[in-house]
Amino acid sequence: MAKAKTVGELFLTFMKIGAFTFGGGYAMIPIMQREVVDVKHWVTEDDIVKLLVISESTPGVIAVNSATFIGYKIAGFFGSLATTVGVVLPSFVVISVISSFLEEFKALTWVGYAFLGLRAAVAVLIFNAVFKLTKKTKKDAFSLVVLALAFLLAVFTDLNVIYLIFLSAAAGIARAMLSARRAAKGGTAT
Amino acid sequence: MILLLELFWIFFKIGLFTFGGGYAMIPLFRSELVPRGFITEEGLIDFIAVSESTPGPFAVNIATFVGTENAGILGALFATVGVVLPSFLILLLIARFSARILESRWFRAAFVGLKPAIAGLVLAVAVTLALERVFPSLDLNALRFDFGTFDAKALVIVTIVFVTSRKFRKLSPIVLLCFAAALGMVLYGLL
Repeated sequence: MAKAKTVGELFLTFMKIGAFTFGGGYAMIPIMQREVVDVKHWVTEDDIVKLLVISESTPGVIAVNSATFIGYKIAGFFGSLATTVGVVLPSFVVISVISSFLEEFKALTWVGYAFLGLRAAVAVLIFNAVFKLTKKTKKDAFSLVVLALAFLLAVFTDLNVIYLIFLSAAAGIARAMLSARRAAKGGTAT
Repeated sequence: MILLLELFWIFFKIGLFTFGGGYAMIPLFRSELVPRGFITEEGLIDFIAVSESTPGPFAVNIATFVGTENAGILGALFATVGVVLPSFLILLLIARFSARILESRWFRAAFVGLKPAIAGLVLAVAVTLALERVFPSLDLNALRFDFGTFDAKALVIVTIVFVTSRKFRKLSPIVLLCFAAALGMVLYGLL
């Protein structure tokens, strides 16, 4: 019984988190932290740190990754199901409603003008995201070459982005293998 | 039914192969959705603006939107479950077993390549979008370097918004978007 109550509470808490965070992903983590660590005392600060490390290195939607992880830590499988559905539900409802009239809304003359401005701003927002993405990247020749290659291939070819992602991961592994071999050789020589 | 399964599968792939979340996902959304006709390039950009001003994760917002537009509420459901499922399953495994695989040497080595590549891919989207706004007949992807048409107003807006965003780094994206919308109305509507 106590467990059912927790699952229900988890659902409501994560629905609240989903409904009140704008920007998604990393913007959600501080709010999640306040709710589940400071207010509800469900998990510890350590779990949040662990969560950040995991989010950095797993694929997928960060908000869902976080919700699933925290939900499981607190109440097992049903906990993770409750938190995931909870965090997704507000978006799902809001966007379903908006979708039905977005096109008509955009067809209004002045809204159309506004969207011409918005499109330019979105390009800038995406551009600024690059600064954030490169902040935690090592600034060496290898990173620079990979960044430039990915950029050029994406701009001038229609190569599938998934292949490019695979290739870059393979390049990272190949580089580590090469430097491991070089280190081994260096070791026998001296 | 085939359309529903296709929506599910495409969004599942997107959920499985995006690293970084948020704007890092945009290159993948663009390359998976635009060529298949699920959304236009312009529709995608507009939706990014809408998504910044509505609550919730971007990936879920766009899955719901593209699903609804192409196959109604069921489409929204299939696309959303698709994009969420990889995250859910992977994190379930990690939470249940351990995060040790994430600490393995090869896994970390892969990220040394992944991180700069994703930055390059996102940069490519930003540059393409900005250039194609300012030169509407340009098509970089198809290697069509047609600088024949020039939208000076778009250049003005991109420049003003960029300078503002770098000058006031703490400005929230929503404020920046409202500012850009106002600029669009003034420049395109009044001038």
